Amino acid sequence: MASTRFRSDRGLTARMGLVVVLLVVLYLGFMALLTAYAGIGALPFIALLAIGIGWAQWHFSDKIAMRAMRAREVTPEQAPELHAVIDRLVALADMPKPRVAVADTDLPNAFATGRTPDHAVVCVTTGLLRRLDADEVEGVLAHELSHVAHRDVSVMTVAATLGVLAGLIMRWGLYFGGGGRDRNNAIVFIAVWVASILVYAISFLLIRALSRYRELAADRGAAYLTGKPSALASALTRISGDIARIPTKDLRAAESMNAFFIAPAIKGQSIGALFSTHPPLEQRLSQLAAVSAELGRPMA
Amino acid sequence: MGFLDALLGRSKPKAANLDALFAVPQAALTLEVSVGLRPTGIGAVCYRANEGAAFATAQDDVQQLLDADGGPAVERTVDAYGFTWLVCRQEPDALEALVTELHAVNTALQDNGFGPSLLCSYVGFANDDGRRAGLVYLYKRGTFYPFAPLAGEKRDNQLELQVRGAVTDDVPLESDLTRWLAIWGAPGL
Repeated sequence: MASTRFRSDRGLTARMGLVVVLLVVLYLGFMALLTAYAGIGALPFIALLAIGIGWAQWHFSDKIAMRAMRAREVTPEQAPELHAVIDRLVALADMPKPRVAVADTDLPNAFATGRTPDHAVVCVTTGLLRRLDADEVEGVLAHELSHVAHRDVSVMTVAATLGVLAGLIMRWGLYFGGGGRDRNNAIVFIAVWVASILVYAISFLLIRALSRYRELAADRGAAYLTGKPSALASALTRISGDIARIPTKDLRAAESMNAFFIAPAIKGQSIGALFSTHPPLEQRLSQLAAVSAELGRPMA
Repeated sequence: MGFLDALLGRSKPKAANLDALFAVPQAALTLEVSVGLRPTGIGAVCYRANEGAAFATAQDDVQQLLDADGGPAVERTVDAYGFTWLVCRQEPDALEALVTELHAVNTALQDNGFGPSLLCSYVGFANDDGRRAGLVYLYKRGTFYPFAPLAGEKRDNQLELQVRGAVTDDVPLESDLTRWLAIWGAPGL
């Protein structure tokens, strides 16, 4: 076997595995509860709706995200440099080439979306291209390609779907299920409703944790792919610093897209770390510094 | 990448496949006979230089090793995309020696744990009219494809397809045409 410097981060893998297991346990319990009381009110209808929403979000993820960001796909003739950088990265990583898109906004950011690597789109904003140098742009693109390789859209959609179901029951459940003549039924439905609130809250926190871990995993993949962790680190520093300086209006418009961005478009650190989709900058930088040290060491 | 690797976000860097390079001299014979392309004696390895001292040391060591044979010096250039090219020159009829030099670069990087940073290698060919083509080797896929640059970043697809047809039996060819990476500005090509 060929020697390699790559070390997977066991701690990160273990934490991510734990979050996945917790989500599965939570959802299995929730499904068991729902199945037991499936006959009540509009439960089957709400479940179908949630699964339908999840499927549509997954299947049309590329179109939805591109539309939301007003991104347009660019051909190799329109953006030769961008395409050439991606060509080389996918040749290094041996993965199919995604479509390339550019969003016309000054907010420096990038995202990857699409249901499978074959349907993936990598999008960068003009603000990002304007602010970063070639090495930094490459680092950001490698980070997005790692999201594609890790199938983040599929994983996050599956992780979120049952949470969406819980959310739907939480919001509208009482209208559909509560009004029955049978007193017993009504009490049971309120139990289901309370359980939905709990599942929604817990799954929200778990999904946010999963999102943060996947960002770290993508940073790591990008660092090993380009061999330049410091270029990605400097890109992250520059993007984060710039985002804080951009007018607020832009930021609000982009907030719903946060889970797919390379750096979240939210000002300040006011939101607790538990609720954020991205790990703090210091944590990302220290992981990249560790990879850099790993790459610089002579082979044992 | 397996299901678990995707679920846990572990993408391992793809290892390079080095051995297929030695099939090039056989393909060169076929190319001369059927397409009229002769080796130019120039070949290069393209890789992504990693940051840090370990990579710089490995790179300097292999360059010194290759220059120790008294032949033309190995030339190192960095292209517009931050990828490094080590260009080796030999007599046009000494193709075996050229391939051995290219292989020495690969193994040096691989032995130091930088195999995943290897992008591609090419061996240059030209015919009597001055048309040029490189037989490019993709380390990650273990396959070859032809690359024939024309002026103004255009590709001589006709010549490329001719080359592909000629060497089918000699080297593993890249069947997915979207992977035929355009290496504009490859030094020496």
